[in-house]
Amino acid sequence: MPFHKDILALDAMREAERIAERVRTQVLQVLHKRGAVVAVSGGLDSAACAALCTLALGKERVLALLLPERHSSPESTRLGNELVLALGIKAITHDISSPLESVGCYRTQQEVVKSVFPDATAEWTFKITMPSLLGHDRLNMPRLTVHTPRGETFAERLTHNDYLMLVAATNFKQRIRAMQVYFHADARNFAACGTPNRLEYDQGFFVKGGDGLADFKPIAHLYKTQVRTVATALGVPREIITRTPTTDTFPLSQGQDEFFFGVPHDVMDYCLYGCNNGYPPAEVASVLQLEPAIVERIYLDIARKRRTTSPLHLPALLVDPIPEISALKEQALCAELPAS
Amino acid sequence: MIMSTTQESIRTTVLNFLQKNFVFDEKKQIADDESLIGAGIVDSTGILEMIGFLEETYGVSFLDDELIAENFDSLGRIASFMKKKIGTAS
Repeated sequence: MPFHKDILALDAMREAERIAERVRTQVLQVLHKRGAVVAVSGGLDSAACAALCTLALGKERVLALLLPERHSSPESTRLGNELVLALGIKAITHDISSPLESVGCYRTQQEVVKSVFPDATAEWTFKITMPSLLGHDRLNMPRLTVHTPRGETFAERLTHNDYLMLVAATNFKQRIRAMQVYFHADARNFAACGTPNRLEYDQGFFVKGGDGLADFKPIAHLYKTQVRTVATALGVPREIITRTPTTDTFPLSQGQDEFFFGVPHDVMDYCLYGCNNGYPPAEVASVLQLEPAIVERIYLDIARKRRTTSPLHLPALLVDPIPEISALKEQALCAELPAS
Repeated sequence: MIMSTTQESIRTTVLNFLQKNFVFDEKKQIADDESLIGAGIVDSTGILEMIGFLEETYGVSFLDDELIAENFDSLGRIASFMKKKIGTAS
């Protein structure tokens, strides 16, 4: 089949029912849990997951957690609450700024910002950005972009040590959220729902032990475009459906494309699909009205990111296999496979 | 740091850095034209570390336009680019 604009189209309700059936089996039969906890960010992916869990398990068996912190956009909590209202599910809101303060997240971030911009104060907002893959063929050098209270914007390339420290400090946010999710899951004998879409799962855009930690991930096989289609069919509020994906992680607003993917989601969706299904870059480029060299660059970046982030998918490595446990894992995985 | 800056000495310095920090094998050779990124020897964070190492070791600062694979994706390219860069800086 030639590559075309509607190549990611799917029957949304049929797919939603298929996922819901699988979630029911996974949560109730394989994991032996009574429901699901979903951390709701106000974005599309977690909204789709909450809607799918509600379809699968019923509203009484789904708990939404809203976990804002000092740097979260107020919009995120507002939209999260709208979703909760639309789905009719229970929700708990915890501001996680205090534990983040305790573990030194904000202090460490501030130290890095000051090491790059010595005049910076706590009022300066900041984010990490990467060069766009649509422009020059630059190496992926992360930059720290800051915004001063006087409205000035500055950007400087980060050193290796500063970059690692800033990312490590920021990852506390996802990890403390994961702790909250598991606290509420344990307290109710519920399972933790992970919310990555296919782009995030495939390219390793998650924090190990943070948003990567979950008992099941119901949309990890769906491209972002498909998540949007399914969420729309399930009645997720329009404002969430059309919201530009952000990391909502740094105090200065940051798109996922400028932090990680290097291209907008729609372009990334088509390129990942094209790459996975053997379409030549020139064919995908012609549909996207891009230069073939740009799609070639994106294909290479996809392969690089997949290789670089592959350890994130690994469980802890053992010196010797433990056959008794491996057999149990196999048994659980077989139980969740659909009947052929 | 005072460094000898022939193209060969730059190549040796970078090879030692890669062997020590990325390959973890001081006998492993890397061909002059082998793509460091393509062969998985360094990832994007590794490139960042290597750029910092080159700036610190040779007392230079790279412009954004210089940070391209053409200048840094193989030992041969790095040695050749750094030789020119140091020549320009001195």
